[in-house]
Amino acid sequence: MSIPWHRPSWATPLARHSEALLIPVGALLAGFLLFALFLALQGKSPAEYYSLVYKAGFGSAFSWQNTLVRTAPLLLAALCVALPARLGLVVIGGEGAIVISGLACAQVAVLTQQAGTAPGMVLSLALMFIASALVGAAWIGAIGVLRHWRGVNETIASLLMTYIAIALMNHLVEGPMRDPNSLNKPSTAPLTDWQRVGQIPGLEVHWGLLAALICCIAAWLLIDRTTWGFGARIAGSNVRAAQLQGLPVGRMIIIVTAMAGACAGLAGAFEVAAIHGAANASLVSGIGYSGILVAFLARQNPLAIIPVAIMLAGFEASNGLVQRRMDLPDATVLVLQGIVFLAILSSETLYGRFRVFTPERWQPLPAEGEISTVQQGNPA
Amino acid sequence: MSEVDLGYWGVPLAMLGGAIRVSTPFLFVSLGECLTERSGRINLGLEGTLVCGAISAYAVAFETGSPWLGVLVAALCGALFGLLHGLICSLPKVNDIAVGIAMMLMGMGLAFYFGKSYVQPVAPDLPSIPLGAWSDIPQLQAALDINALFFLGLFAAIVLDWVLRNTRAGLYVRVVGDSTAAARAMGVHPNRVRVISTLAGGALAGIGGSYLSLYYPGSWNEGISSGQGLMAVALVIFARWKPLYCFGAALLFGSAGAIGPALQSVGISSGYHLFYAAPYLLTLIILIITSSPHRLLSGAPAELSITK
Repeated sequence: MSIPWHRPSWATPLARHSEALLIPVGALLAGFLLFALFLALQGKSPAEYYSLVYKAGFGSAFSWQNTLVRTAPLLLAALCVALPARLGLVVIGGEGAIVISGLACAQVAVLTQQAGTAPGMVLSLALMFIASALVGAAWIGAIGVLRHWRGVNETIASLLMTYIAIALMNHLVEGPMRDPNSLNKPSTAPLTDWQRVGQIPGLEVHWGLLAALICCIAAWLLIDRTTWGFGARIAGSNVRAAQLQGLPVGRMIIIVTAMAGACAGLAGAFEVAAIHGAANASLVSGIGYSGILVAFLARQNPLAIIPVAIMLAGFEASNGLVQRRMDLPDATVLVLQGIVFLAILSSETLYGRFRVFTPERWQPLPAEGEISTVQQGNPA
Repeated sequence: MSEVDLGYWGVPLAMLGGAIRVSTPFLFVSLGECLTERSGRINLGLEGTLVCGAISAYAVAFETGSPWLGVLVAALCGALFGLLHGLICSLPKVNDIAVGIAMMLMGMGLAFYFGKSYVQPVAPDLPSIPLGAWSDIPQLQAALDINALFFLGLFAAIVLDWVLRNTRAGLYVRVVGDSTAAARAMGVHPNRVRVISTLAGGALAGIGGSYLSLYYPGSWNEGISSGQGLMAVALVIFARWKPLYCFGAALLFGSAGAIGPALQSVGISSGYHLFYAAPYLLTLIILIITSSPHRLLSGAPAELSITK
């Protein structure tokens, strides 16, 4: 005889949420384990590797600072992938938007360099960031427009536009926008001191981190907590259903891609105004591609992006120490990223496969009097 | 023999030679991508396959002294990557584009990881065929000094075209690419055909990689591929999913890459970055013109996720 155990009302949502948490965490651990095996096969100690990562990425105030500086652009680049992904679009062109908006930031900085008064300076800084966000929004938003208007595939279009952006940047930085004083590495004219973005007091990480965190939370509120976001998610899972409900799918696509582009644009602006101090080839750093990894590991959830980006930034921050101490090549972190990425993607197939996680299984039992009629096979 | 001054005639000649030299890896990756996409899957990871092919070919050529053995190992290495991509994508609900990006990361990681110790050594190069020996002009001789892999690639394009059109295997690939349901009704296993197509496509991309490290530029370093693997996807769209068109598209993309150095040789050094972007812009324009929200791209396999 089966004992009808107590099924409290919170069991159903718990079952649903634990699937969304346990499967990715399990896949992440499986990825780390596979990478440990990869290291062990070469006679390197996985334990030493992971303890070094902890030490150099999260072990001290200095290592946290190093990690968080790398986190800021990753968060924004990941949003550029995650926002369109909730609408069912795979946009992989964040790198191009970062490059082109970094260029816009540097250009506006040069144009407004003469501002002498305090309000002028504030206006100049504001214009730098507004211009970058707008250029980024136009760059990725154009992909949304093409998608809606012509049915052009957004993945391919964004990939092509990344190459166009990089070529455009190389042309402008080595030609019309080049600062004659930049000899070895062609650059635009450097930002003046007051145009550089400072650090958050007490944290020694530039303000981009705060801006990126706000963007993540705002994106989460918009997509997961508003009616409009609910509509966008419907359009993402079933376009036909959304259209039949009269949802403005085309407008949603364009707005969301533009917002995604604005995030990438901010990343480009902070790269120029807080890190490099001018636009040059350093803008092509692969952050846009790392953002794809972060977004997929976070399963396109803007809030989950935050811990995932911090984790990945920690691995990247510790790469130097790992190279020196363990005599490993700098590509080690790439191998780790690839393995973890594959593990997470493979785990997509597991959703809905485990009976433990199905909410129906945890629904509260019917009231006392109904049991005899419901449980027919039960010998009383 | 001294250089003959050809004036501006040197530009098209240098472009021709450059196009042939640069286009060979394009040709192999685009043929591989073409085959994979015809079966209804997209493999965005060929960039990783390409660099892995490059390093494995270089390492084997250096250790054994035989460049052709290197090419063979590069093909095997590429096939292994294709197999992994194909198998993971066969799991239900897994996105092939994302898997491709992951494979690209892992392939580049593995190549740079194991390639660290091969940056210094010099491996033997693949031999080339001096087709320009009849001429007295050194520039023409240089342009017509063509590697055997180029002809192998041309041959592969013709064979692939014929196989897709005329053989049972080609029919299987096409039917799986156009309709999973129709393939099932014919008794074909769609996943099996797709895994084999991705595997063969990976092998072709691996050969393309061996050309990079064993002939042009002919050495191993981390910047050896300038995105040819990623470009393959654009190239295949440009070529309308036809292997023979891939040959023309590869030459065009190759000559766009060669135009910068060719112009520099006659003293024009500005603006060539824009020429470099030309093929992408052209592909984008073609995509915009030929796409429609109401129907598939013409020539595109119907099961392909990027055309849906």
